[in-house]
Amino acid sequence: MRFLFEKRKSTSVPALILVPIVSFLVSLVLTAVLLGVFGANPFRTFAAMAVGAFGSSHGFAETLVKAIPLMLTGLGVAIAFKIKFWNIGAEGQLTMGGVAAAGVALFGERLFPGHSLLFCALLGGLVAGALWAGIPALFKTSLKVDETLVTLMMNYIAILYSEFLYYGPWRDPKGYGFPGSRMFSADAWLPRIMGRAHAGIWVALALAILLWIVLKRTRWGFELQIIGASQKAARYQGIAVERNVVLAVVLSGALCGLAGAFEVTGISHRLQQGLSIGYGYTAIIVAWMSQLNPLAVPFVALALAALAVGGDQVQMMMGLPASMGVVMQGLILFPMLAGSLFTEYRLNVVRTEQKAACPDPVKE
Amino acid sequence: MKNTPTPKVDMRNISKSFPGVLANDCVDLKLNKGEVLALLGENGAGKSTLMNILCGLYRPDSGEIYIDGRQVEIRSPRDAQKYGIGMVHQHFKLVDSMNVLENIILGLHNEPFFLDLKRVRNRLVGLATQYHLDVDPDASIWQLSVGEQQRVEILKLLYRNADILILDEPTAVLTPQESHELSRVVHVMKQEGKSAIFITHKMEEVMEFSDRVMVLRKGKVVAEASTVETTPRELARMMVGRDVLFHIEKKTANPGKVVLELTHVEALGDRGLPALKDISFQLRAGEILGIAGVAGNGQKELAEVITGLRRSTKGKLQISGEDMTNRSPREIIRRGVAHIPQDRTSVGAVGDLSVASNLAMKRYRSKPLAAGFFLLPKRMLDLARILIEKFRISTPSPKTQIKFLSGGNIQKTILAREIEAAKSVMVAVYPSRGLDVGATETVHRLLVSQRDAGLGVLFFSEDLDELLQISDRVAVLFEGRIMGIFDTNAVTIDRLGMLMAGMTEEADA
Repeated sequence: MRFLFEKRKSTSVPALILVPIVSFLVSLVLTAVLLGVFGANPFRTFAAMAVGAFGSSHGFAETLVKAIPLMLTGLGVAIAFKIKFWNIGAEGQLTMGGVAAAGVALFGERLFPGHSLLFCALLGGLVAGALWAGIPALFKTSLKVDETLVTLMMNYIAILYSEFLYYGPWRDPKGYGFPGSRMFSADAWLPRIMGRAHAGIWVALALAILLWIVLKRTRWGFELQIIGASQKAARYQGIAVERNVVLAVVLSGALCGLAGAFEVTGISHRLQQGLSIGYGYTAIIVAWMSQLNPLAVPFVALALAALAVGGDQVQMMMGLPASMGVVMQGLILFPMLAGSLFTEYRLNVVRTEQKAACPDPVKE
Repeated sequence: MKNTPTPKVDMRNISKSFPGVLANDCVDLKLNKGEVLALLGENGAGKSTLMNILCGLYRPDSGEIYIDGRQVEIRSPRDAQKYGIGMVHQHFKLVDSMNVLENIILGLHNEPFFLDLKRVRNRLVGLATQYHLDVDPDASIWQLSVGEQQRVEILKLLYRNADILILDEPTAVLTPQESHELSRVVHVMKQEGKSAIFITHKMEEVMEFSDRVMVLRKGKVVAEASTVETTPRELARMMVGRDVLFHIEKKTANPGKVVLELTHVEALGDRGLPALKDISFQLRAGEILGIAGVAGNGQKELAEVITGLRRSTKGKLQISGEDMTNRSPREIIRRGVAHIPQDRTSVGAVGDLSVASNLAMKRYRSKPLAAGFFLLPKRMLDLARILIEKFRISTPSPKTQIKFLSGGNIQKTILAREIEAAKSVMVAVYPSRGLDVGATETVHRLLVSQRDAGLGVLFFSEDLDELLQISDRVAVLFEGRIMGIFDTNAVTIDRLGMLMAGMTEEADA
C-alpha cells in the first residue's frame, strides 16, 4: 500500500470548507499543549481570547479597527500577487497614504472647506499609495528591476520620511514634546460607527466585492488572469502586458494608501507614531490565506484581527508572558497554511495489486 | 537477430498505473543481443513509461525484469547504468556551457578525484572513430548542432559501457542526412553486439532502423513483428486501431491576392545576434507555404516578426497590402492573422485556465462574449461547448483546466480558437509536433480546409514528408536565410534536405 499526493483536478467544495475548520482545531490543540507547558488552563485562555475579541462592544470595535487596514492592504497585495508582482511594499504604501492624507488634512483646510477636506485627504492618501507603488512597477516593466527588493526598500524610505515629518517640520509645537503633528480639524475626521471603529469598514467591504467583480467578471480581470498565468501567453494574445502590470500595481498601491488615509483620519486624527505597525506585512498572510480571492479577504482579515486583539487580552488577563500572544498567532497560522495543501492536493491510498509470481516491487 | 536462448533484456508482465490511467498493462518485451527493436505507439500508448521503467526512472507496480537471464531490480538510473542500460532522452541532458569531454564524465562515480582528462580524451576519440560519431571533444555544447549534441549523448552512453541503448524519438530533431548518419551509427553498434530500443511514432524510422517492431496501444502490446514482414500501412493501422489516411485529400491550390508580404526583413534573436537575414517572400490567399528547416534556423523569429511579437530591424511587413511593420500583436491580430505558436503549453494555452477561457482568449474583447467592460461567462461556456463539439476536443467539461488535457487536445483547442479568429493569414509553427498519427491527421485536415477557405497558410515543420504533403510551395530556412522557394511537385526530399543543411545545389551530398 502506498500513499500518493495528487493534485486535485477541480476544487472540492467540501475540502474548501472542512480544511480550514480542521486546521483551526489542530492549531487549538497545538496551542493548548503550549499553554499547558506554561501552566495556563487552555480552555480558560481560549475563552478569554474569544471574549476579548468579540465578547464586548469595545473588544469587537477594536477587532474591527485592526481588520479594516488588514482588509484594504490584503486586497491590495492580493491583486498584485494575482499577476505575480510580489508587492511586499504594502507597509510603505500605507504609510505614504497616511502621510499624504495628513498633509491634506493639516494644510488644505482653506482650499477644501467643510467635509470636502476629508474627501480630499482620503483621495490624497489613495493617490500617494498608488504613486508609491507605481515606482517599483515602472522599474520592473521598463528595466526589469526585481520588485521584491524595491518595494521592500521603499517601505523604509516611507517610514523614515513619515518620522522625519512628525519629528520635524509637522511636529505639533504644543504637543508637550510628544512626536506627532497637531490634530486635524474635525472636518477631516472619518465618522465612527462603534468605539474607535470607523466608516472605513463599509468602504473596505464594498471594495472587496467590487474587486471580485473586476477580477472575475470583466475583460480587464480576464487579462490579469492571463498575465498572471503566463506573460508570454498574454503577449501572444495581444495583451499589453507592461501597461496592465503597472495599472494593477498602481491599484494595489491605491488600496494600501487608502488604508493609511483611514488610519490617520479615522483613528489617530493626526500623523504620529503607530501608523506603521506591520499591517502591510500581515497583509501578505491575509492575501495568501484568502488564496488571492477578494471575497475571502474580509473574513481572513477579521480572523487575524481577532487573534491579535484576543491575544492582547490574554496577556493582560491570564498573566502570560507578553510574547505569548504573538506565539499563539503563529501557532494558529501554521496549520492553516499547511491545511491549504489539502485544498489543492488530495491524499490517495493506492493498494498494490499482487500478481501471481510477482515480487512486491514496492518493497525495498 | 535470431532468437537466442537468453535474451539481453526480458521484461515480463510489466504493469504500471498512474492516477486514472493504466499506462502499462502486462507488457512483455524481449530484446536480443545485437538487435534493434522499434517501440511504436501513439502518444500516451505507454512507450515512454515502459522505457522509463527499464532505465530506473519509474518503478513498475508489478512484473519482472531479467537482464542476461538474471532477475534484476532497477531502482534508479544508476542501477540501470550498472546493467548497461542507457537512454538518450528527447530533450538532451547536456550542460551547455561545458565542453564535450566534461559532459562525458559528468556524473561518473569511478573517475579519480584528480581528473585524468587525457585518458578520457583518448578513450573518447577511440569510441568516436569506432562508431563513426565525429565530434570535437573540446567544443562547448552550445556551439554544437543538434545532431552533434545527439552524438555526444550517444558517446556518453558508450563511454559508460552501455550495451542496451534506448533512443527516444531520435530523428525528430535531425535533418534527413543526419538521420542517415544515425542509421549508420546504429548499424555499427549492432555489429559490436549492442542492442537498441527506439521509441517512435514515425513509420519511416521503424522501417529504416529496426529489426523487429512492437506496437503498443493503450498500454498493451497489440502487435509484434519482424520489420521486413510488415508494412508502414499495417503498422499505422495497428497503432491507431483504424485505417489512417497517409494522403490528405487535397484539391489543387487556387491562389488569390497576396495576403502577406515580407521584403528584406531582418531581425535579431534572443541573444542579440542576427536571426533573420534578408527575408523576402509573398504568401497568397488560398495557398499553403511550407517553411522547412531544422529547428533553430530562424523559424521562431520569423513567426514572431509576422505576428508582431518580435521587432524587425530592417525591411517591411505587409498584411493584405497594408504596412504592418513592427505593429503591436493586437493590431496584427485585428488584421485577421492567427498564430499557432511553437510552444503550445506556455504560450498557446494557459494551463491554469479552463478550456472555455482558453477558447475565448481571442474574442473576449467584443460581443457576444463581452458587454462593455463585463465578460459574460455563460456565453463563454456556450461558445466553448460549440467549439468542443465542432473540433472534437475531448475534455471532461469546458470548465476543466486545460493542463489536464492531452497534448493533442490542447493543440485542438488552440487550433479551434485560432481558426475561428483567422481572417487573412494562419501562421502554424510545428502544429503537429509531438502529436500522434490521429491528431496529426486532424491538424493537417484543418490546415488544408483553411487554405480552401481562402486563407494564406504559413506552415512551419521539420518533417519533410509532412511538408511536401500539405504545402503548395516550400521555402527552406537555413541560418536565418531563405535558401529557395519551390513548388512542391517540382522538388525532391533530398534536395530540400541538403538545403536544410546549408548545402546549395553545386555541393555534393
